[in-house]
Amino acid sequence: MPSPNQTPKAVPIPPAGSALILLKINGVDRSLSIDPRTSLLDVLREHLSLTGPKKGCNQGACGACTVLMDGQRVLSCLSLAVQLEGREITTIEGIANGELHPLQAAFIEHDGFQCGYCTPGQICSAIGMFQEFQNGLPSAVTGDMAAATIEFSDTEIKERMSGNLCRCGAYVGICEAIHSAFDREVAK
Amino acid sequence: MSVLQKLMETVVQFMPDKAPDPLIHKHGYLGTPVSRVDGQRKVKGEARFTAEFEIENLAYAVPVCSTIAKGRIISIDAYDAERSPGVIAIVTAENAPKMKRPPLMDVRHMDKGFAASDLAVLQDDKISWDGQPVAVVVAETLEQAEHAASLVRVEYDEKAARVSFEDLKAEATVPSAVMGEDPELEIGNAQKAFAAAAFKVDNLYRTPHYNHNAIEPHAAIAAWDEDGRLTVFDSTQFVNGCKHALAGMFGLDGDDVRVIAPFVGGGFGGKAALWNHTALCAAAAKVANRPVKMALSREDVFRLIGGRTPSEQRVALGADKEGKFAAIIHTGVTATTTHAKFPEQFSLTPRHLYASRTMSVGQKVVNLDTVANTWMRAPGESIGTFALESAIDELAYAMKIDPVELRRLNEPERDPTKGTEFSSRHLVEAYRRGAEKFGWSGRPAEPCSQRDGKWLIGQGVATAYYPVFRFPAAVRLRIAADGSALVQAAANEMGMGTATVQIQHAADRLGLPLEMVSFRYGDSDLPDSPIIAGGSSQTGSIAAAVQVAVEKAHRELVKLAGNGSPLAGANVEIEARDGGLFLSGEGNKGETYASILKRAGRDFIEVEETSGMPFEVMKYSMASYGAQFCKARVNRESGEVRISRWLGSFDCGRILNPKTAVSQLRGGIVMGIGMALAEETLLDTRRGRIMNPSLAEYHVPVHLDVPHIEIIYNDIPDEHTPLGAHGVGEIGITGAAAAIANAIFHATGKRIRDLPITLGKLL
Repeated sequence: MPSPNQTPKAVPIPPAGSALILLKINGVDRSLSIDPRTSLLDVLREHLSLTGPKKGCNQGACGACTVLMDGQRVLSCLSLAVQLEGREITTIEGIANGELHPLQAAFIEHDGFQCGYCTPGQICSAIGMFQEFQNGLPSAVTGDMAAATIEFSDTEIKERMSGNLCRCGAYVGICEAIHSAFDREVAK
Repeated sequence: MSVLQKLMETVVQFMPDKAPDPLIHKHGYLGTPVSRVDGQRKVKGEARFTAEFEIENLAYAVPVCSTIAKGRIISIDAYDAERSPGVIAIVTAENAPKMKRPPLMDVRHMDKGFAASDLAVLQDDKISWDGQPVAVVVAETLEQAEHAASLVRVEYDEKAARVSFEDLKAEATVPSAVMGEDPELEIGNAQKAFAAAAFKVDNLYRTPHYNHNAIEPHAAIAAWDEDGRLTVFDSTQFVNGCKHALAGMFGLDGDDVRVIAPFVGGGFGGKAALWNHTALCAAAAKVANRPVKMALSREDVFRLIGGRTPSEQRVALGADKEGKFAAIIHTGVTATTTHAKFPEQFSLTPRHLYASRTMSVGQKVVNLDTVANTWMRAPGESIGTFALESAIDELAYAMKIDPVELRRLNEPERDPTKGTEFSSRHLVEAYRRGAEKFGWSGRPAEPCSQRDGKWLIGQGVATAYYPVFRFPAAVRLRIAADGSALVQAAANEMGMGTATVQIQHAADRLGLPLEMVSFRYGDSDLPDSPIIAGGSSQTGSIAAAVQVAVEKAHRELVKLAGNGSPLAGANVEIEARDGGLFLSGEGNKGETYASILKRAGRDFIEVEETSGMPFEVMKYSMASYGAQFCKARVNRESGEVRISRWLGSFDCGRILNPKTAVSQLRGGIVMGIGMALAEETLLDTRRGRIMNPSLAEYHVPVHLDVPHIEIIYNDIPDEHTPLGAHGVGEIGITGAAAAIANAIFHATGKRIRDLPITLGKLL
């Protein structure tokens, strides 16, 4: 069935050659030569063997690939690696510092996962989310945008975490884990 | 049902029961909320899923899928693709290795494995569904493979496809069997009894196509060695089934195929059978002559992997003046394909739930030209309970009786259709406890009677039901001279907490601390038996085998201990505790495993055992039960539905690990919320193409859609099951959609019988 005798047709030409980039990942400088089409997620998973960030949809709909970039949560599947020269990337592999991050421990205690596939994204996202909250950023469910403090409520957490899908349905445990890890810091 | 099967069912009624498992009433690790043993690895991103294994010299494969639903391939123009940078091979029907058609599931031959579709694709020019792989592109990198796949041009001879369930359901026919049961069943004259009933309801209920959408897309890595043996990493719920089905397709001995799957990122039935991509990955590895990875994109998952059939069900209920059912009529149609042959068993649900003077149940099936339908969480019961439990609610309103009371009035004393005794059924108790906790008695009987500004509020309830299955399982047990134990089973972990609960179990059974027990699984090189993470059967299946393996190991250890041991010739019972075997009630008279093995000069003993046939599920009517209570708020301006409260009260035998069991029950309910309110796979009914193959357009529940879900359970052990437990994996989704539809009716007075209950249906 493949017919090699046909005339070549005009087709989009893939970018030629490879690109050299320098990324700082989990505190380590990584110099790489990659196909410029490669997403940050594929760089991490296929080139650096950092398979903690997961590919669930590859189009920004599930949140499983969430990592922290300069402390902010980003979807690594929608980030082109060549654009990230010099940025500091933290993946789930870089979250624990010798011992588990309090949120990681809380996920285990409150059973905030089942299969574990969305978990790295949930944890990275929650850490980024909490920073956004601490910085006073409102969300779609924040009543008074001008209020000096926003309550760290179930509704705020769920709204801010709704970009991270969990098909096993561990949402109740995830919400409890986030409260248990961060409530004390909110109180400060 | 075959004559042989009927004979068997009669014979088992006279078989003595197995002695109840002594662990049922023992308090140990079982019954305590032990955290997952693999939790650390999962929260640190260290748990390796299928696509994440590092294999040297790995190439990447991407499928090219058909864009027509029926017809044949005229030509495939791969000229540009072949010349695209990095391309190693383009596999089509021209150069694919020969693959035999795999078998479909047959509950009597689970050990042979099975596929969801009995087509072996890339073997001819026939197209059977939109999305069928027609070529596989193998390249050095993923980017190169994806780009080259986009360059493959296929010319088709398109035929008219049968894809509209709505248009074709009238052509449905009665299948030969439904899960081995008769497809139709009549008790008395249900039509006559219904016609004469004092109260009645008679309505049609519809459920759409659904997809599992586990967050891990299906993936496989395949590698052949020089001797022609095949190793496959596969995201499967059934390593041994995958092994045997693949071996059959490639004409290999089972021993020449090894399937490895330590962590599976959610399955829900979608990874139970073998699907084409795994065989194609192995075929591509053969053609490319190197290891190949095929990790499906989300869109590929929709195209290659089927989900739940749509259904149309009629439920007609008749009751006499006292509220007793005079007739239950539950019939309907589901879809399948000529290559899946799977009528989803919704009509089994009404056979076991209520006492009724007469009954008429049955189902038909229509063949469509779509991807094969398959099992999705509680196949049958999830959609069956939506129809039946909505109808019960409707009848309760017609009778002006409380829906919980109506169910209590019709609670059967024996199985309504088989006439068998219930092994352990405490559904009324689950309702009593649930109603009390939920505050059901405070609910106003009238619909449309609660409001909070623009929100209408209602409370609904429905029964949850899922049968007990058990399969014969083989396990290997090693007890080592350091006093540790290793349990090995070709089991599967996709989030249930398989290793955790089996370690709890073995620790209790052997009298060891948790940390001295480990569990190896997820590899078909372990003892061969049909242990499947499906049918909520896995925990019980393994437990039964571990029980006989431990008993055998203990007998061998007593022998090894010899005459010098206090265990020799003991005339009291020997029990496992404190790391060894001791005389019952006689303090430290006995010996540890370590001591016995050291004295005997042995590093370890190892036994392998298989559990027996599941005669108990034939002798008794066995199932998990539950009562789902929920509160819905409906925006009267937009039709938006928010579920603001949930209480599930379950009767699932003994709960082995409250932490992981509650998570599974909640997970089922969350999927039930999606089923009720948002999820639907949309098919272009002209061309048979799925129109929303993404997580952006197929809406699964997100954090904000899910309230706090409270779970309570009776925790009454079943004397006839291993550990006294019933399955908890699937029951959570059952009854959930009906509870929501019932709550929405209570809030709005609108009865929606067509899932999902999206905003437009409430305006």
